[in-house]
Amino acid sequence: MQILIDGVSKSYMDSKQGAVLALDKISLTISENEFVVLVGPSGCGKSTLLNIVGGLLSPSGGHVFVEGLPEERDPAIGVVFQDVGLFPWRTVADNIAFGLEELGVAQPEKQARLARYIKMVGLEGFEHAYPHQLSGGMRQRAGIARALSIQPDLLLMDEPFSALDAQTRTLMQEELLRIWQATRVTTLYVTHNIQEAVYLADRVVVLSRRPGRIASILPIELPKFSRDKGENLPAFNRYAEEIWNLIRDDAQQALLEGADG
Amino acid sequence: MTRREVVNRFAFMEDKAASWVPWVSICTLLLVWEAVSRSPWVSALYLPPPSAIVAAGVDMAVSGELWTNLMASMGRIAAGYALGSIVGVLIGLALGFSAIAEAAGNPILYSLYPVPKIALLPLIILWLGIGEVSKITIITLGVFFPVAINTYAGVKNIDPLFVKVAVSFRANRLGVLRKVVLPGALPMIFAGLKLAAGTSLLLLVAAEMIAAKEGIGALILHYGDLMLTTKLMVGVVVLSLLGVLFNQAIHAIEQRVIPWKQ
Repeated sequence: MQILIDGVSKSYMDSKQGAVLALDKISLTISENEFVVLVGPSGCGKSTLLNIVGGLLSPSGGHVFVEGLPEERDPAIGVVFQDVGLFPWRTVADNIAFGLEELGVAQPEKQARLARYIKMVGLEGFEHAYPHQLSGGMRQRAGIARALSIQPDLLLMDEPFSALDAQTRTLMQEELLRIWQATRVTTLYVTHNIQEAVYLADRVVVLSRRPGRIASILPIELPKFSRDKGENLPAFNRYAEEIWNLIRDDAQQALLEGADG
Repeated sequence: MTRREVVNRFAFMEDKAASWVPWVSICTLLLVWEAVSRSPWVSALYLPPPSAIVAAGVDMAVSGELWTNLMASMGRIAAGYALGSIVGVLIGLALGFSAIAEAAGNPILYSLYPVPKIALLPLIILWLGIGEVSKITIITLGVFFPVAINTYAGVKNIDPLFVKVAVSFRANRLGVLRKVVLPGALPMIFAGLKLAAGTSLLLLVAAEMIAAKEGIGALILHYGDLMLTTKLMVGVVVLSLLGVLFNQAIHAIEQRVIPWKQ
């Protein structure tokens, strides 16, 4: 199975700047069990692309295909959102179960999966808590469990840790690698954080802005764990610097325009 | 060199009143009232003392008079309130969730909303007669508008992210309505239900004063005509208690239905 992003463009009308080309003919293939990170400055359209791939936004041009599904069905796509979006009126367990409910997963299987993914993200003991009783990091764990519980063909993560404090963020990145290692789910991950991209990715796709185009694709040839430590550190820093040099001018431009997204 | 301690100027925000303050306040009011009524300068006819009102209330309760009137009023308010809130929630959800319903319904809703419902009472009596139906209808109308408008606002206030989440996990339109829009709008729906509780009491009494043999409103009007102010005041006190209990009941239901609200 692979995800084929074929010439996807997106333009929209902006009240100040008129027609803006957010994405310009993006073509990219994501292989099975691959962890691809989209990185780029504010306003490069990386979240827009993720929403289009997730079927939550229409592209102005181009297509997204899922090829080689094992059977004739719609692909299951799990999305982890930046602001999590846990329903305040549901407990942690009921939030995680939401996707399973909509899939019509039968009760015993549902309970088994809930237990499995709650354990995987380390939320045991918080099943009956409401979201407002959890810390930001705990909420995003629930968000990840909710997305994984449907056993998606593709996992989409839209800046999942950017609302967290720096320490929690570092811990959650380590945690995510461990969880990913256990599932090896095909993943498209969006971030503006270069270190995070190099830390997590099999391949980093660097986007430029206005229009959003692929500036470069860098396979990260480092072991999956401890990339920012010991003998891996020099190479880690070289990758980070290479990416920073690619987006520096764009980031500066974005700063001046006060653009977001 | 002088030394000044920095004091917390924000401390008053954490002031707490003792639990006995409300009781002392209500008891003081009753005592002052009793004293004024019994003083030579005020006639008990114009302001009967609380003790006399309680005594009259006990008499009226024992004779069954209070019970008959209370039941008549409660029946009307229960029917009107239930009908108005159910229809209000349904219409509010529809207006908030469907763009077509919103465009078609909103101008009608907002042009009828400001009309004081009492002004429609003569018309409704003309249409539906002087019996129970017209009384229940006016209460239904009075409850419908605040509930519908609050429900609509509640739906509009839902974070679009929640809908996006639901859709990303393959919820269909009905699923979004049932699992996101309705629970998300519940806090505002309850705000509307509380507003409507006051309105429904007001319209109940107005309707009963125009045409009713039984009911707290009719009782108050009847004893007013007879200048029996003590018995009149029994009716007023019953209305006050009814209003307080009504609000407490809604509050209790709210706590049960929205346990996730801090």
